Amino acid sequence: MTDSFTPNSHDEIRDAVRWAMANDAPMEIRGGGTKRGWGKPLQTNHTLDLSALNKILLYEPEELILQAEAGTPLAEIERRLTAFDQMLAFEPPDIGPLMGLAAGQQTLGGIIAANMAGPRRIKAGAARDHFLGFVAVSGRGETFKSGGRVMKNVTGYDLCKLMAGSFGTLAVLSEITVKVLPVGQKTRTVLVLGLDDAQAADAMVAALNSSHEVSGAAYLPRAIADRSSVRRVADVGKTVTALRIEGPEPSVEHRSAALRVLLGEWGKTKELHGNNSSDLWAEVRDVSYFVDDQANAIWRLSAPPHSVPTFLTELVKDVGAEYFSDWGGGLVWLSASPGERAARKIRAAADSCGGHATLIRGPDDLRAAVPVFHPQPGPVAALSERLRKQFDPKDVLNPGRMS
Amino acid sequence: MLKMPDPDRNVLDRREQIVADLRAIVPGEGVIDDETGRRPYECDGLTAYRQLPMVVVLPDTVEQVSAVLKYCHANGVRVVPRGAGTSLSGGALPLEDGVLLGLSKFRKILEVDYPNRCAVVQPGVTNLAITQAVEHDGFYYAPDPSSQIACTIGGNVAENSGGVHCLKYGLTTNNVMGIQMVMMDGTIVRFGGKQLDAPGYDLLGLMVGSEGLLGVVTEVVVRLLKAPESMRAVLIGFSASEAAGATVGAIIGAGMIPAGIEMMDKLAIQAAEAFVHAGYPLNVEALLIIELDGPAIEVDHLIDRVAVLAKEHGATDIRASQSEAERVAFWAGRKNAFPAVGRISPDYYCMDGTIPRARLPEVLSRMNDLSAHHGLRVANVFHAGDGNLHPLILYDANVPGELEKAENFGADILKLCVEVGGVLTGEHGVGVEKRDLMGAMFTEDDLNQQQRVKCAFDPAQLLNPGKVFPTLHRCAELGRVHVHNGHTRFPGLPRF
Repeated sequence: MTDSFTPNSHDEIRDAVRWAMANDAPMEIRGGGTKRGWGKPLQTNHTLDLSALNKILLYEPEELILQAEAGTPLAEIERRLTAFDQMLAFEPPDIGPLMGLAAGQQTLGGIIAANMAGPRRIKAGAARDHFLGFVAVSGRGETFKSGGRVMKNVTGYDLCKLMAGSFGTLAVLSEITVKVLPVGQKTRTVLVLGLDDAQAADAMVAALNSSHEVSGAAYLPRAIADRSSVRRVADVGKTVTALRIEGPEPSVEHRSAALRVLLGEWGKTKELHGNNSSDLWAEVRDVSYFVDDQANAIWRLSAPPHSVPTFLTELVKDVGAEYFSDWGGGLVWLSASPGERAARKIRAAADSCGGHATLIRGPDDLRAAVPVFHPQPGPVAALSERLRKQFDPKDVLNPGRMS
Repeated sequence: MLKMPDPDRNVLDRREQIVADLRAIVPGEGVIDDETGRRPYECDGLTAYRQLPMVVVLPDTVEQVSAVLKYCHANGVRVVPRGAGTSLSGGALPLEDGVLLGLSKFRKILEVDYPNRCAVVQPGVTNLAITQAVEHDGFYYAPDPSSQIACTIGGNVAENSGGVHCLKYGLTTNNVMGIQMVMMDGTIVRFGGKQLDAPGYDLLGLMVGSEGLLGVVTEVVVRLLKAPESMRAVLIGFSASEAAGATVGAIIGAGMIPAGIEMMDKLAIQAAEAFVHAGYPLNVEALLIIELDGPAIEVDHLIDRVAVLAKEHGATDIRASQSEAERVAFWAGRKNAFPAVGRISPDYYCMDGTIPRARLPEVLSRMNDLSAHHGLRVANVFHAGDGNLHPLILYDANVPGELEKAENFGADILKLCVEVGGVLTGEHGVGVEKRDLMGAMFTEDDLNQQQRVKCAFDPAQLLNPGKVFPTLHRCAELGRVHVHNGHTRFPGLPRF
C-alpha cells in the first residue's frame, strides 16, 4: 500500500516526518515528480507530496529576490519573473520530456534539490549560486532555517550549498529564497559551422577566454544539429558550434560582431536572432535531442572542459553513443545503450580526466546494478554519509536515493 | 567579556612534550615556542582580543599539515588555523592551550590553466597575487576584498570573502571550483576540481565560509575571468541618503547590474577625501560610486542611463571618470575609507551587517538615534548594491569604558539589521566577534543543526573551537534522536 501525504505547512511536514521516524516508515519526498526516474529507485510505501505548498511568498524585483514554497511550479515563478523582465539566471532545465513525462511540471524545490543549471552555468553559476536561504524540516523532525533573504551573508555555515543537490536526503525543503536577475535586453547566437570535436573545443576556449562575456557555448555533432527544431541549424548539414551573447543592445551588436571576427579563423560563421536563438538554447538546456529515443540510457558527464575531446571520440565509438556538449565542452550529454558495459566505459572515461558521470535516465535494472551517481573516494563518501546521518539519523527521507 | 573554551590543564602540562613531538613533524624554524616568536600571532584583525597561543606551527607541505592534525587529534590538542591574520571577526584568535597552525609558507601558484579558465594555488597566496600572476594575459580573479594586498586565498575560502564587485561577479563561493583540505584526523580530501560541478553533496560549498571549523585548506582551484575591455566609475552626490538608496533600487529595477555600487555617508566622504584626495564632493550627504564594465560602447550607454536615473532622483553632483587614473582615484577613497576614518579617531570598530536594501533609510536613521544614545560617532560605508553595511564606530580605547560602549553600539546595529530582515555578517564572518549574537538570528534548532555538521567533520571539536557558536554542545548530546508523537498518524493531513 502506498500512502501519499500532502502537507499544507511547515508544521504538517514536521508532523509527517515525526510520524515516519516513530514508525520507521521511510518516505519519498516529491515535488513535480519529473526527476523520480533519476537516482536509485526507492522502496518506500509513503510519499510526502509537496504540491500543496505552492505559493510565491515574496517577490521584490528591485531587491532581486523571490521567496516561494518548495512545491511552487517553476512555470508559475517564471511567469511572474518574465513580467518584470527578470529570470532565474541559472536557466533551470526542464528534463520532464527527457524522462518521458510532460513538460512544465517541475517545482522550485525540485530544481534546487537537484542543483540544476542550464547553458548559462558558465557565466552565472548553478542553482546553488542563486540559493540564498531556506526553511526545512530535517529527518530529525525539526524545523530549521539557514541563509536569509539578502545577497551577501556569511552568518553560520552555508547550508544552502549542502541542500542544493541533496535530492531530499537531508531535509524536506519547505520555503526557498532565490536571487533573481534581469534578462539581457538582447540575445544573439553566433554559429561556427563544420568543426570537429578538437577544433570546436579550441574555438570555444577562444570565445570563452575573450572579453565578450559569452553566456552559452555548446557543440552539436552533425547528427544532433540535423535534429534541431531550428531550421537555420538543421539545414546546415554540418556540425554546429554555438556561442551566445546577451546584454544591452549596442553591446550585443559590438560583441557578436567581434566574436564572428575572432571565430572566423576556425570556420564559416552565421548568426541567430530572436526565437531562433532562444529555441536553440532551450533544446540544449532541456536535452531535447534525446527525448525521442526513450530506450537508451542518458548520461551526464561533467569534466574540465578542455579535457573532453581527448577521450570522447574513442568513448563514443566504443559504446556506440550519441552525444553533444554544453558549458564550453565541460558538460557532455550521452545517449548510450542501457547496458552495464557502456556504463563502465563511461565511468572510466570520466575518471580518466578527473570528471564524473551521472546516470540521468535508465531502466530500473541498470539503476539498481550500477551507482547512479559517480562513486566518490572512500573518505569523501564516508564523510558524506556521516553528514547525512546528522540530518536524517533514522533514514526516513528518500533513503538510498543518492547511493 | 568573551568566554573562550576552558584551557585543558592536561594539555598545558604536556606543553614541552607536545612541542618536541611537533618538532619531529615540522623541522627547523617551523615550530615556534618562545614568547617573542609567538607574540605576532596573538591576534588577527580584531585587535581588541588577544591570546598567546601555546605554540605556533608553520608547516610547508600538506603531509606535515596532515601529520600535525593527526597528532593533535590523537592527543586531544586544539588547533586554530590561520592565513594572513586579517580577519575582522577574530576567526584566527588563538587558544591558550592550542596549536596555532599558520599556512603562510604555502605561497606557490601551482598551475595556471587558461583552457579550463582556472588556477591552482596554495592557500597562503594573497588574493591580489592571483590576479597579478595572470593579468599580463588579460585575466583576473574576481573577488576583491579591501584587504586583498594582504589577505590570502585560504582565508578567503574560510570566510567566503566578498569585495566591492560581488554584486556582478559573486563572492568567493561562486569563484572557487575545488579545494584540497585536511580534516582534523589528518585525512586529506579533495572537493570539486577543474570541472563545474562535483558528484554527491556540495562539500566544497559547505567548506567555503566555514571559518576554519571543518578543515584546513591546503590547495584551492580558483576560477579565472577575462578582464573586461573597459571600466569606468561614476561619482554621484545626493543631499539625502534616501535619494541615494532609491537611485540604487531604480538602477537595478531598470535591469542594470553594475560591477559595483558603493555608498558613503558624509563623515566617511570627508575622512576619505582628507586622506587620499579622491575628488569627492564635500557638500553632499551621501555619495554613490558606481562602476560599469564591458565594451566601451556598453559602458558609455549604461553610464548615460545611470545618470538619467540619478538626476530623476535628485542627484546634485554627477561625475564619470574620464581616464583610468581618475577611475582608480575614485576607488582609492572608498578602498581607504577604513584607514581614513582611523585618522580622525584614535580607534574605530568596523561592523558588517547586511540588510534588505530598501530598508536603508530607516536603518540609517535608527543608527543615528543609536549613535546619540551611545554617545559615539559612526561613519558609514556601504556595499549598496547588495545591502552590506560597514558602519565604522569611532571610539577611543584609552578612555575607560569606551571599547565596551562601542561593542554595545555595534551589537545594537547588528540586532537592528536582523530585525529588518537582514543578517549579522555579510562578509567578515562570525568568528568570536558576533558569536554571542547568533541567537538573535537563529533558533536553538537552527544552531544545533549547524553544529551537527561540525560533528560529521570533527566530532571531538578540536578544530577552532569557541568560534561561530555561542554554546558548545557535545556531539553525543547533539546526535540524540527525539521521537515525538509516535502513534499520531498525521492528524489533519489531507491525503489521497
